[in-house]
Amino acid sequence: MASPEDLSGQSAPLYEARKGVYPKAVNGPFRRFKWAIMAVTLAIYYGTPWIRWDRGPYAPDQAVLVDLANRRFYMFQIEIWPHEFYYVAGLLIMAGIGLFLVTSAVGRAWCGYACPQTVWTDLFQHVDRLIDGDRNAQVRLANGPWTAEKLAKRVIKYGIYLAIAFWTGGAWIMYFADAPTLTADFWTGQAALVAYGTVAVLTATTFILGGFMREQVCVYMCPWPRIQTAMMDEKSLLVTYKDWRGEPRGSVKKAQAHPGGFGDCIDCNQCVAVCPTGIDIREGPQIGCITCALCIDACDGAMAQVGRPRGLIDYCTLDDAATEKAGGTGQPIRKTLLRPRTLIYFGVWTAIGAAMLFSLGQRTRLDLAVQHERSPLFVQLSDGHIRNNYTLKLRNMETRPRRVAVSVSGLPGAVLWTDAGSREKAGQRIELALPADSVTSVKLFVAAPAIGPARQDFTIGTRGLDGDPRGDSDIIQFDRPEAGQ
Amino acid sequence: MADLKQRIDEATGTSTVGHEWDGIEELDTPMPRWWLWTFYATIVWGLAYVVLYPAWPMVDSATKGVLGWSSRGDLASEMAADAKRRAPTVNAIAATTITDLPAKPELMQAAVQGGGAAFRVHCVQCHGAGGAGVKKLYPSLTDDDWLWGGDLATIEYTVTHGIRNPDHKATRTSLMPAFGRDGILDAAQIGDVVSFVRTISRQEKASASSARGAALFADNCAVCHGAGGEGGRQVGAPKLTDAIWLYGGDRDSLTATITQPRNGVMPRWGGRLDPVTIKMLSAYVYSLGGGEKGLAPVAEGAGADGQP
Repeated sequence: MASPEDLSGQSAPLYEARKGVYPKAVNGPFRRFKWAIMAVTLAIYYGTPWIRWDRGPYAPDQAVLVDLANRRFYMFQIEIWPHEFYYVAGLLIMAGIGLFLVTSAVGRAWCGYACPQTVWTDLFQHVDRLIDGDRNAQVRLANGPWTAEKLAKRVIKYGIYLAIAFWTGGAWIMYFADAPTLTADFWTGQAALVAYGTVAVLTATTFILGGFMREQVCVYMCPWPRIQTAMMDEKSLLVTYKDWRGEPRGSVKKAQAHPGGFGDCIDCNQCVAVCPTGIDIREGPQIGCITCALCIDACDGAMAQVGRPRGLIDYCTLDDAATEKAGGTGQPIRKTLLRPRTLIYFGVWTAIGAAMLFSLGQRTRLDLAVQHERSPLFVQLSDGHIRNNYTLKLRNMETRPRRVAVSVSGLPGAVLWTDAGSREKAGQRIELALPADSVTSVKLFVAAPAIGPARQDFTIGTRGLDGDPRGDSDIIQFDRPEAGQ
Repeated sequence: MADLKQRIDEATGTSTVGHEWDGIEELDTPMPRWWLWTFYATIVWGLAYVVLYPAWPMVDSATKGVLGWSSRGDLASEMAADAKRRAPTVNAIAATTITDLPAKPELMQAAVQGGGAAFRVHCVQCHGAGGAGVKKLYPSLTDDDWLWGGDLATIEYTVTHGIRNPDHKATRTSLMPAFGRDGILDAAQIGDVVSFVRTISRQEKASASSARGAALFADNCAVCHGAGGEGGRQVGAPKLTDAIWLYGGDRDSLTATITQPRNGVMPRWGGRLDPVTIKMLSAYVYSLGGGEKGLAPVAEGAGADGQP
């Protein structure tokens, strides 16, 4: 096999060390927006498990809780059982269509503002500035020799990284158990091993991905940029350097010396200096761009200083770019956002959400599932009746014990009883007591006269005897021996 | 590949890979260092795995691995752990008489579960997967008709001692005579008895034949099957007035049964299965839907004078 050297006559390096990215602090509307998003998302993430929500004595009082052990998912007033997992599926579909919607409207806004990798990287970069100073000081320190000061700064900085990472991992497990109890158990060594494991893993990943790998995650590890790029079109907003306005670049001095010879870009490199992924937006759209728009803030600041109009780097669609290049003006942002494609996405997204809300409001908390015993399909009784056996799964999804009635209809002469009673006490209706928040499995015997079709559909239904009378019913088959058997 | 033309890309200063697809060329960008080291780590991991665990297929087995791990060993330890986990429940069932089981719903449920597993191993061959039996061969265990009795203690006795076991004294035993084969009744007489039996089970209207059969029945059959055909559980004589016929209730089947009875047998499971398993099996059979309420057990310690 030929090595790269044989083919090209020069050696290509097998790997490339990460080039340090030391983004400069910047101020502007997008930076302030990013601050706000960061504050809100972090507050939601760290704070949500601590919100209390009273559900009565039989259910936990944590507002948002993924109770894997008992297979319940609580979200404020909504409680999801495993068989209602389609609500989660619905949420996932909404998230998918939401991604289409956001991407087609504002491009990679998720990447730039809301992605956890972006939020934590941003947070860690602020820690860098807090300890090491701004960009220039950071570069000096990174390239400088190991002095006592550098060592001290590194220890403090990594210590803060670790504290943030640990807090992040710790917040995650709070979603899976009662937060105050788990916190106490965690510090007294009584929490489950999986809790410590999860915190350890998430602390490590946050520390490494947020503290060190940063933009490498976006460029090399994350499939999202590829997917999102494929979902954008010429009408999606992306961060664009308007080269037709900026080129050729030249400093203010050069431009004064040669009026009309240079574009608006003064080649101050501020857009590169502030970029958290270390790219040069002036090279055109690229996968490393997460459209966080900090370069827009930086460029607008520079333009203001030299007295030129803002927007040399700006959110712009490919269509508008072509129009502006040809000398026209792009359409207003409202028209860019409210176009058929985004409106259709929004319509579908809203429809699914409305359908889910509607079905949430309609669902009964007394659910029935009937399974026909197949072996044997029917039993000949000594008095000539035919008995079929069924397994009822009765879900009392309310947080209180309930009394319910089970009855059959559509099967003339049928009586039913359970394995708790005997046929002497059988009737057309039986009453059962269901414990709170539980699934009760009941063996149901249904006997009916032997005269009738070999296969007959009938209905087994439940009804609440206290409170909400709504129940559930299942149509199921009654089997008899074929005539002549 | 003859068309390899590696060159340096002007814009980036990186060398190209040398392929070209419709004018698109690929840059030979080096991998990030962490990526490469992760890759090496997976290789080391793979080698370590091959050394530690069974991995390399040979002609009739595979390399053993220095840890000595095997999936069979895993199974054995899981089975042992499971037996240990179940031990408290099994011991509690062992310590409870079968008639007391229904009073302890959790134990009863566990017994039914365990019995179901044992049933699927030892009983389904004859009695069918759900205990439905096989027509004209093996009785159904799910209906409300019992030859020898259907309460818990009786079922346990039957399972333990079997039916018509030639080598066992305590077995359930009885023998219906071969009325036809041994010449006790002639063909016409058998026909009359069949008419009578079908009359009392309301399959036929009374006739001259059934009237003659009534007298023959009283002489030959009533001693076991009862004067009215109500059956006799002491000898496992089936009830003849109901709708359930193990060997068939039509004329041909009844004639065949009277001429040459089957006298079905069942192995005894005492000695082959441990008492707890038999107890659980009985509970399972009882739970199939036809179980009968047994007589209330005599309170222990109750003396003849009625004083506890």
